[in-house]
Formats: sequence, structure tokens, C-alpha cells
Amino acid sequence: MASVTQTAPHAQAHGTHHEDPGFWRTYIFSIDHKVIGIQYGITALFFLLFGFSLMLMMRWQIAHPGEAVPLVGPLLAALLGDVASNGVISPDLYNSFGAMHGTIMVFLAIVPLAVGAYGNYLVPIQIGANDMAFPRLNMMSYQLYFLGGIIMFASFFIPGGAARAGWTSYSPLATTIPTDGQTFWLIGMVFLISSSLLGSVNIITTIVQLRAPGLTWMRLPFFVWAQFTASFLLLLAFPPLEVAGILQLMDRVAGTSFFLPTGLAIGGNLANVSGGGSPLLWQHLFWFLAHPEVYVLILPAMGIIAEIIACNTRKPLWGYKSLVYSAMCLGFISFLVWAHHMYLTGMGTKISTFFQTTTMIISIPSVIILTCLLISLWGGSIRFNTPMLFALAFLPMFGIGGLTGLPLGFSASDIHLHDTYYVIGHFHYVVAPGTIFALFAGIYFWFPKITGRMMNEYWGKVHFAGSILFMNLVFMPMFIQGLAGMLRRMSDGGVNYSSLKLQGVSGGLSPTIMGLNSFILWGAVGLLIAQIPFIINFFYSISHGTKVENDNPWEATTLEWQAPTPPPHGNFLTPPQVYRGPYEYSVPGYAKDYVPQNQPPG
Amino acid sequence: MSDTHPDAFKAYARKCGIIFGAVACVTLAMVATSFAPIHNRAVAIGLVLGAACINATLVASYLMHLISEKKMIYTVLVFTAIFFTGLMGLSIWAAHDVPRVLGR
Amino acid sequence: MDIPYTVQPRPDTGVYNAKVGMWLFLASEVMLFGGLFSSYILLRVAAAPGTWPTGWLSVPLGTINTLILALSAVTTLLAWASCKARMFDRYKLFMGLTLVLALVFISIKGYEYSDKLRHYEVVLKDGRIADGHLVTRNDKEVVLEGRYVQNHAELMNGRASHGKPHEEIRIETPQIQKIGNYGPAHNTFTAIYFVLTGLHGLHILGGIVVFAYLWGPGSRMWKTEPERFTNRIEVAGLFWHFVDLVWIFLFPVLYLT
Repeated sequence: MASVTQTAPHAQAHGTHHEDPGFWRTYIFSIDHKVIGIQYGITALFFLLFGFSLMLMMRWQIAHPGEAVPLVGPLLAALLGDVASNGVISPDLYNSFGAMHGTIMVFLAIVPLAVGAYGNYLVPIQIGANDMAFPRLNMMSYQLYFLGGIIMFASFFIPGGAARAGWTSYSPLATTIPTDGQTFWLIGMVFLISSSLLGSVNIITTIVQLRAPGLTWMRLPFFVWAQFTASFLLLLAFPPLEVAGILQLMDRVAGTSFFLPTGLAIGGNLANVSGGGSPLLWQHLFWFLAHPEVYVLILPAMGIIAEIIACNTRKPLWGYKSLVYSAMCLGFISFLVWAHHMYLTGMGTKISTFFQTTTMIISIPSVIILTCLLISLWGGSIRFNTPMLFALAFLPMFGIGGLTGLPLGFSASDIHLHDTYYVIGHFHYVVAPGTIFALFAGIYFWFPKITGRMMNEYWGKVHFAGSILFMNLVFMPMFIQGLAGMLRRMSDGGVNYSSLKLQGVSGGLSPTIMGLNSFILWGAVGLLIAQIPFIINFFYSISHGTKVENDNPWEATTLEWQAPTPPPHGNFLTPPQVYRGPYEYSVPGYAKDYVPQNQPPG
Repeated sequence: MSDTHPDAFKAYARKCGIIFGAVACVTLAMVATSFAPIHNRAVAIGLVLGAACINATLVASYLMHLISEKKMIYTVLVFTAIFFTGLMGLSIWAAHDVPRVLGR
Repeated sequence: MDIPYTVQPRPDTGVYNAKVGMWLFLASEVMLFGGLFSSYILLRVAAAPGTWPTGWLSVPLGTINTLILALSAVTTLLAWASCKARMFDRYKLFMGLTLVLALVFISIKGYEYSDKLRHYEVVLKDGRIADGHLVTRNDKEVVLEGRYVQNHAELMNGRASHGKPHEEIRIETPQIQKIGNYGPAHNTFTAIYFVLTGLHGLHILGGIVVFAYLWGPGSRMWKTEPERFTNRIEVAGLFWHFVDLVWIFLFPVLYLT
């Protein structure tokens, strides 16, 4: 059966008459999962760009400490006053940028894009449903995310400035910093956590209850399995961080001492608090979420890559069952590894060994997933379009990120590497040329379904080439710097630990290592320039891109490609019935090299 | 339960009354135990919390219908219980497993 | 546009959507209160010997609250059963009872809170400690109804302090070294007590709001979609039972151990 273009009369798929809901109900307070998905997507992409610009300013300060930031220096001074006087980033402002870069990238950009945008838009259509199980709850999730984002953004402009105790917000520092920015951070986190919780309830219920007839669990696209697992992680891992946030808020506002130990001194004076608290309690509660959180960052990305690889190799994924079971094991074990972030807090050898063991075990399902995706390429008819290029690049980039995590997972080697640039290199490899590449791939891939037009292939490839080159130029040197002992979160770029400054002291950072700071800065600038064709391509193609000739330009098998373009309210003209698995490509005996999931047998 | 029969309602109400009675008795026993002069603190706390667990089981099984709920719900709760135990148990273990100070 | 399985259960899972959603939400709430209980244990275990108080809360009031909440759990269930049996008047009765019981619970809790916030500990410059309920406080003096103790550790055992004689204590303001009430900032126990019971109380309030809506304006759905309304009562009831479950552990942990 050839792909067709289905037209949806007046955007109503179910035939009953509806009055026009008006602008506000259609675009701002919509309960349609597709509109909400796009809202999440646009907001998240804005925060991604904002977080990126924070990083650029930080890299300038690292390479040229104490010098005014070019181009934006005067703007900083005008907006932020003393902390950026004469356009120079003060140490406090650097710390704010650092803390907010992490917070924004993780909680306001990547997760909302990967789960809020991709999950919301695609999951109902891929399972053949009308919408999410709880559409109004869905709208509320977005509104809470939006409000949380506003609170975080606003914190830059209040007296005292934004939070600056790292995205990890460790007490007692975070409790005692004299700025309301920390309080804003905590309140913003409460909003974001609530948004996540409601969203995950929605996604899980939708997948459990609203699968189309014939769509059994083992016929689900791997993308749906990935979203299902990620939502469980969000559901069960976030609440302890909400607890921690409430307790830290009480410490800041109500004078409690949950995380403040007895005998705490600030600025040489005994603090006027009741004491009896434990800073380690914060760390346990924080990392109990924050470790599963990183699997929330990677699982949807793996799901996206799986879909794109299957479609662009024209053959089924290798090891579908292994992929599914590995994803579930990954989710499960991720709850039991968190204290590998706390090896240097004085934990004893028995408990350190426990967490080291679970950390080593969790690398197994990770590697299985990567291996399955890699083997899926073997013998395929690979189409090297832009989404596939990003998907192929994801594999080695995630491989590097994952492998460099191993020395960090061993408590012995972590003694040397903890809090160095090695860590920064590791996690950025997984998230930046890992997850973000997957998100880019997904944008190019699903753009025609959402808008009815293709993005420009040539500029897509330019974007790809620039991104993969500069991502590696930015992050690879960080492993070298970290192994040499350069610490994180230093607003002067390590100058005070350089061998030039520490004459006659061994172990200082050599000029080569320090010189890498400039190298990385140029890499970051290159990375910025490489995104420009993408941004232009994205907006231009919405109205001027090549129109697709039918609903299924990629000739894919999953249900979203059998829906009209763009899908109307209700998604399908007739409720789909599923007859087969999600990756029936190149099936012998069929005229075409793909068989859609809802194509009847015979 | 035959849903619409008033007698069925009465039987159901009686069953609920029994559950409430059980919960009330266990609660009062729990309070009494806490005032009893048990010297081993761990045992005292264990008995009190054990009584709380009995009450929780009664409420969850009968009032929340968990005893007749579907497998899907059970699966979610079993995983939740595992992660809850992990959070509590592992952080308490971490607090206790600290290196001994040399020389002491 | 109709979303399936909002009223009738899906055949293979055996449940309707809202029930799945509510159980998932309750699972996350287990982790929320689990995190708080874990924090309680860690803080208590880490406390220096003699610094963690016991017996500071009124066991009679706590016991009454436990029974009230357990009774309200039963009336909630009977409200649902009334809906199932199509007895709307009986539903109104049981839901109304639930609301009344919930309001009594929150009032008793409020009284307990105000009692704590009126209870002061004053450390005088000469080393004595005065402990009691506040009568008046102004610029010149603080008047308590309580007693003097020799050291802070005496205050840690609440049950031993019962029945000790109270007197009126007048303290001139210049004599005060430190003054504070038994609020969250007082020590780690009061801090975790207020957060645990406060968060629980917020859940009670949320339940009250939802029940009030379902008893009042929301009950209009009974006339048009009685089955969907019954499901709402069941799901709200599940939430309320969970709130009761949390209290079943809160009470012994805070009041009895």
C-alpha cells in the first residue's frame, strides 16, 4: 500500500461539531498533546540557547580571567550592575552562571525537550491514541514548567543575583549564601518537580491504558519503551529531591538546621542556628534523584536513535528484546548507584564498594543497548540523510562518554578525578554530543510530520559537520586537563594553580594545560557558529521548506507516519488497528521494503 | 459485592466497621506498649512500629482494596517498596559505615 | 473527542485510567514521605546523645487524631459504596461525615501547633533556663508560666516533665541571653516534626478541598454521569486512605518513640 496523504476536514477527526475555541484555548491553554509538545519544545529550545550563552561567557572568563567580555560585556554591566562592572565577570557572577548553566540545561532544556516535547508529541500517536490519558493535567504540567522557568530566569535580576552554589546546591554553602537567588532556585525547583511528576503520571498511564488494539507491549516502538522507563524514573526519584528542597527552603527561611551541623562557623563567627543537622543528608537526597535523572537524559535519546536507525537502515533493529530488557534494567539499577557521586565524603569502604559494584553493573545494560544499535547497522541499506548522520555520530560519542565514566565509577581512581575537568568532559560527552545530537536528529526526522515540510538537507549536513567537529574540540581537551588535576568551578580558569604562578611547587598546571582553555574557547565559538544554519533552517523551513509529497516521506513503519500530516485533533481519521511489530523493514514477499504497523495481513 | 443491593451495602458497612475496630484496638495497644517499661529501646521501638505496620496493612488491604487489586498496580507498588527500602537502608548504612579513626 | 477507559476499565489491565493515575501518584508520594522518614532517621541517629527529645507531643491528642482519621477512612469508603449502591443521600451523609472528621483533625493539629508556638525556652544570662508557656511579652519583660531548670538536658525527656509544678516566671528583658519558642528553628526534632506534620497537613487540606468540591458543586455530575462520578469518589478516597496511611506511621514515630 503506497503512502497517501490524508486530509482531515477542518481539523476534526471525530466528526462531532465543535465551536472554534479561540486563540487562547488553541495556542496558549490548549489541552491537545501536540500543541503542548510544541510549547515544551519551543520553551526548551529557548532555554537551551540561553544555557549555551551562559557557557560561552564562562569559557571567556576561564580563558581570559579578569578581562571584559567582548560584545556582550556592556550589556552585562547594564543589566546586572556591580557583579559585571565594566563588563568583567566577577567570581560571584561566574559562580551564578555555572550554577544556572547546569540547572537550566538539565531541568529547563534537556528533560523538557526529551520528555516534555518528544514524549508528549509522539507517544500518543505512536501508540495509536487520541491524546494523553489526562489532557488537562498535561496542560497544567506545561504551565508549571513555564512558571518554574520564569522564576529561575528572574533570579538573575533580583538583588544578590541568581543561585551560585552549583546546580548541586550543597548545604551549608547554599543555605548560607546571602542572596534570595538560592530561595528562588528552590521555589523554581518545586514548580519543575511538580510539573515532572504530573507529566510522568500522564505518560505512564497513557502507555498502559491507551495502546491501540493489537499493540501489545512487545510491539511497541523502542522509543515508547524508553519514554515509559524514563517516566518511571522521574516519578519515583524526584520526590526525595522535593523533600530536600523543602528542607533547604526551611533552613533558609524558617531558621531550621536540617543540613547545618552543630558548630558551624560563617566568616569566623559561630552561626546562630540550632545545629544538629547533616550536610550529607542533602547530598543523599539530591543524588538519589540526580543519578536517575541522568538516565532520564539519555533514555529518550536512545529511543530517538533507535527509531532513526531502524528507518534509515531499512532493516529491523537487532535485539529488540535485549533493548527493552536492558532499558528496564538500566532504569531499575539507576536507583541504586547514587553515592558514587559521594566517594569523597568519608564513606567507609564497605558502602563505597557496594555503590562501586552497582555502578559497574549498570554499565552492562548501557553497553548492551549501544551494541544492539551498532549491530543494527550491519547489513543495512544505510541512507545518509541528516537525521541518520546525527544518529550515527551519537554511537561513538555516547561510547566515549560512557567509557570515560568507568574511572569515575571506581572509588580508587575517583580520588584523583573527582571534581576535576575529567568529570565535566565525561558527562558533557554523554549529554552534549550524546543526547543533544539525538534531539537534533529527532528534530530533522519528525519535522516533516509536524509541519508538512522538510528541513533543508544541505544546511542540515553543514550543521552536522560543524557540530561534531567543534563538540569534540570543546570537550576532548577537558579529559587531559582533568587528568592533569585541573579542578572544576574555578572562576579564574586555574590561574592560581598554574605552574607559572606557583614557582618551584610541583604539580602546578603546565602552560600547555592552561593553553587548552583558549583552545576550548575557540571551539565553543565554533560550536555557536555551527548552530546558526540550524536555527535559520528551522524557522525558514516552517514556511518555505520543501513540502512533503505524502504522509510518510521517510517510508517508516511506526504509527505516527500513518497519521495525517500534521495530525489533526484526535490524531487519526479512523482508530488504528495494529497487526505487527514496529520494525517490519525489508520483509521478504512484500512489494515495498517496509510494512506499516497498521497494515492488515495479506 | 453485588453493587446495587441495599443489603449488600449493609454487609459492606459491617465489614468496614470491623476493620475500623481492628485498627482502633491495634492503635490503643500500640499506645499502651509505648508506655510499658521495656528496657531494651530497640525492642520497644520495634513493637510500636510493628503495630503501625499491622494497621497500615489493614488500611491498605481492605480500605484501599489492595487485596483484590490488579497485577499492574501491584507491580508498581513492589518497585516503589524496593526503591523506598534502598533510599532508607542505603543512606542509613552510609551514615554508619565510616572509617575508624586510627589510633583509637 | 473521547478518551477511552475513563469510566469502564480496560479489559487487559482491568482498571480505568484515573485509578492507574492515582496509584502512580501515590507511589510517588510514598517516595516523598519515604524521603522525609529517611531524613528523620538519619537526623535522629546522628544526633549527639542527650540532644534528641522524647515525649514532647501530647499522646492523648495524637491517639484521638489517629482514631478520627481511621474513622474518616471508613466513611470515605462508605461514601463510595453508597455511590456504587446508587444511594445518593447516603453518599452525601458519609462524605459530609468525612469532611467533618477531617476538619476536626486539622483543628486538633492547629491547636497542637499553637501550643508549641506559645511554648518558650529562655536562657538567662546567669545560666538558668526558664521553660514554659508565654503569658505576655513586651519590651520590658517576658512572663512565662512554667519552671526553671538547671540545664538543657533536663528538658529532653518530656514524659518526666509531666506533673512538675508550674509557677509564674517574670524575666526582665536585660536578663535574657537567648529566647525562642518551640517552633521549627528550636532544634532538629521540632524542625522535622513541623515539616512532617506540616506536609501531611497540607495533604489533609488538599483532601478537604477536593472532598468539599465533590460533596458540593461537583456532585452535580451524579445526575448526568453517575459511573464517572463514582470513579472520582473512589480515586479521591484512595488519596485519602494514603493520607491516613502516612499518619499511621507519623503518629508512633513522632509521638511514641
